[in-house]
Amino acid sequence: MTDTLASIDIRELVEACATMISAHADELTALDQAIGDGDHGYNMRRGFDALLAEADALAAKPLPDALKAAGTKLVMTVGGASGPLFGTFLMALGKDMPASPDRSAFAAAFARAVDAVAARGKSEAGQKTMLDVLYPARDALAAGRSAAEIAAVADAAAEATVPMKALRGRASFLGDRSIGHMDPGSRSSALLVRTVAETLGA
Amino acid sequence: MNVGIVIVSHSPKVAEGTADMVRQMVGDEVPLAWCGGNPEGGLGTSVGDIMEAIDRAWSDAGVAILVDLGGAETNSEVAVEMIGEPRSKKIVVCNAPIVEGAVMAATEASGGATLREVVATAHELAPA
Repeated sequence: MTDTLASIDIRELVEACATMISAHADELTALDQAIGDGDHGYNMRRGFDALLAEADALAAKPLPDALKAAGTKLVMTVGGASGPLFGTFLMALGKDMPASPDRSAFAAAFARAVDAVAARGKSEAGQKTMLDVLYPARDALAAGRSAAEIAAVADAAAEATVPMKALRGRASFLGDRSIGHMDPGSRSSALLVRTVAETLGA
Repeated sequence: MNVGIVIVSHSPKVAEGTADMVRQMVGDEVPLAWCGGNPEGGLGTSVGDIMEAIDRAWSDAGVAILVDLGGAETNSEVAVEMIGEPRSKKIVVCNAPIVEGAVMAATEASGGATLREVVATAHELAPA
């Protein structure tokens, strides 16, 4: 990523994220069928399709307001537990984001948004949740890594959830049987981290 | 005015059935509302529906929410935050089994108990 992030194209971000989620919806649902209730891909696609439908309105807003509005939309449309979690992330991101952030301001807002997700989910690192991707992504962002490096860190972090035992969320009901499957929320988080990093860093 | 009870399940059938039990066992003295299902009508919960249910069961004495699985709890917490102060200070998401919790909380509420007492009664049912 560049140091300035001078122009964040909200429409481009929304379209890129919605395209990524739509392309991977079946995969996310398959992951969720293994250790959850099998609706993660459908739920995420419903949420991001709703964002896409409002791309014009979102793009017309200042960045902080667009993020808050997008978060609210996800909360209202996703339905599963991922709605409030991803929605909280975007609302918190918008709350702490300047209208024209440089990289350090973006990283700081990102870090606080990750903390907001942890508080919302009453979870922490190592419990086989989306936090297991968001924390490494936060650290890579803060460390000044390139977009490609941040995307690779997120992918590796999602892979690293495979041997974990789920301690939060629906998969925790399975106990040891959750071991050996990638966490669906980690996968979707990694996909979105990659999309945002590549869009902003391109 | 008695504390209101809101029932939030992933399944509208579970939520409605739980509400039926409350009505039969406790009566009509308690403001009661339920919701269930995601915005498309499948299994899940909807923040918008939860906010509307809170409105329907609203009492100035407060509202206790009974939920089933994780997403119902998380979405209920978001709904409470989106309702905002001052009303959010009078809404509690209970840690209790949904059916037993709703019946016991409503029983307590029907006697004019405070929100704190209603919530404490529900929490006694939670696994240690």
